[in-house]
Amino acid sequence: MSCGAKKDVSRRDFLRSGAALATMQLAPGVTLMAFGGSEAQAAADAGKRWGLLIDASKCAPDCNACITACQDENGWKGSGNAETDVQWIRKVTLKDKSSGRETSLPVMCQHCESPPCVDVCPTGASFKRKDGIVLVDKHICIGCRYCMMACPFKARSFVHEHVTNQKTHAPRGIGTVESCTLCVHRVDEGRIPACVEACEATGHGAMVFGDLLDPESEISRRLAEYPSVALRPDLDLNPGVRYREI
Amino acid sequence: MAIDRTLYREVPATGALWGAGLLLAAFLVAGLASFLYVEHHGHVVTGMTNQVVWGMPHVFAIFLIVAASGALNVASMASVFDKVAYKPLSRLSGILAISLLAGGLLVLVLDLGRPDRLLVQLTHFNFSSIFTWNILLYSGFIAVVAVYLWVQMDRTVHPKWTKPAGVLAFVWRLALTTGTGSIFGWLVARPGYDAAIMAPLFIAMSFALGLAVYVLVLQALCALSGRALGPERVSGMIRLLGLFVAAVLYFTAVQHLTNLYAMEHKGFERFILMDGGVYTTLFWGVQVLLGGLVPLAMIYAGKASRPVMPTLVSALVILGGLAQIYVIVIGGQVYPMELFPGYSVSSDFFDGAIAAYTPSLPEILLGLGGVAFALVATGVGAKVLRVLPSNLSDSNPVTKG
Repeated sequence: MSCGAKKDVSRRDFLRSGAALATMQLAPGVTLMAFGGSEAQAAADAGKRWGLLIDASKCAPDCNACITACQDENGWKGSGNAETDVQWIRKVTLKDKSSGRETSLPVMCQHCESPPCVDVCPTGASFKRKDGIVLVDKHICIGCRYCMMACPFKARSFVHEHVTNQKTHAPRGIGTVESCTLCVHRVDEGRIPACVEACEATGHGAMVFGDLLDPESEISRRLAEYPSVALRPDLDLNPGVRYREI
Repeated sequence: MAIDRTLYREVPATGALWGAGLLLAAFLVAGLASFLYVEHHGHVVTGMTNQVVWGMPHVFAIFLIVAASGALNVASMASVFDKVAYKPLSRLSGILAISLLAGGLLVLVLDLGRPDRLLVQLTHFNFSSIFTWNILLYSGFIAVVAVYLWVQMDRTVHPKWTKPAGVLAFVWRLALTTGTGSIFGWLVARPGYDAAIMAPLFIAMSFALGLAVYVLVLQALCALSGRALGPERVSGMIRLLGLFVAAVLYFTAVQHLTNLYAMEHKGFERFILMDGGVYTTLFWGVQVLLGGLVPLAMIYAGKASRPVMPTLVSALVILGGLAQIYVIVIGGQVYPMELFPGYSVSSDFFDGAIAAYTPSLPEILLGLGGVAFALVATGVGAKVLRVLPSNLSDSNPVTKG
């Protein structure tokens, strides 16, 4: 992450980050301190905007590799109750009403430039990093679910039950809201999200991750070369996730 | 001065009053037990899901909050619109307004995923959220109405201050209900919401529901404490209630007619108005017919003089209001959001499907606990404060003032 971003950190942010770090050291694995607003912001690079390009024509209908990888990476596997289980990423099947043509594609948090979830969150727990990743600050989410009412993509889930076997890099808590983090912990280490990695491993290559602000990145080059769409373009939210061949 | 004949006295501790208190206490305990049960197990034991994230507690909470601002109307009629007949009823109106709001907020807070983080909410404000503004509007409402009550009750305060305090409270309550309606009106994502008319609709609902609750509470308090309550005084309020019920029907009609004109909303309108099963039944059968047209017919068909009529009309308006809020809150969530216009969609996460929701017992008991809290608080207020006149019979000259 750039030095410039770190210089922006205020003294208060620095102290809060220090407290968060201290908590992690005292009780690793059980703390909910990760994704604290200032801590996560400090790791973000304002010069980047992370995004995904999903090519629906390459997404196999029977393939769930992205979902499984996300579950394994972030530890959110459900308890078998589909209605209350969380769902950070899901496969949606589309059927054209006139032609009958079917398409399958993954839907997750669209990491909007103007996220409605951030606007409506009363405490500021929903926040957007400087690099465009939209997260939930687990310190201050009160579980009001207003963000779930506001999200046009049904991308957020409420944790209805006690959770076990959490990942230290993706702490979760009953009574709070969560969604795709774009694998922020991996991105901050210079790696790609687990779903993209899994999709590549299957050979489908339906997902491309990268910096939308870098014209030389693969995602920017592909977006420049082929037509793509955002979901709910009428809302003008400028999502970081784009689709093609829907 | 006729007004001087009105003597405000604490309600006496009759056996009937204690009996009602005990009954309400049972609902309070049940509500508290429900909260602890859900808090222990998580929301998985409720009927709420990741499709219907706001359930029965929100229906009750919104009902109480909307009714709270409406309950203040009686005081507004006296102070703001100079209707002297309402003056003796004004203090109770303030107590009831604060109590209903407190009951509604209690339900909202206890239904949070993390109610233990209330302090976090009170120290972290995101001012782009209408929720945040509502927190300020709600707490401000309690403070403004408290001052309004103090101005009315403290004999050392000159009566000239009653009107400014009343006007402030009236404007504040309009802002409060605008904020509550905007919780839904400003949700651009869902076809059932995203409409500016939600704010005036909620204001009209608050006028009707608040007055209906006030009439029932006044009747109950007078009956339980053995105080006279003139039928003419009550039927005057019921005639006013008719106007408010008509206003709710009007805004409801405009809301749906506007949606019907837009092709993109036709699916949702068809769901609520025709194909929605329980939601369609609640809309037409309970909200419009039982809670709207029947009370209007009773009021304007000249039945106002019958003794049981005001109670029945008020109860029907409340029933219709609960149905209306249920249809707005739950009906608006069960209908799927359209992520991909022109496609039929399906997924393991219920995309494109009408979501199922059945209220669970803990949710209902938590909501009823909030209602019980509001009623107990009102009763305690009337017991320890001089808010209810000892004589509200029609022979009291004030009614003719």
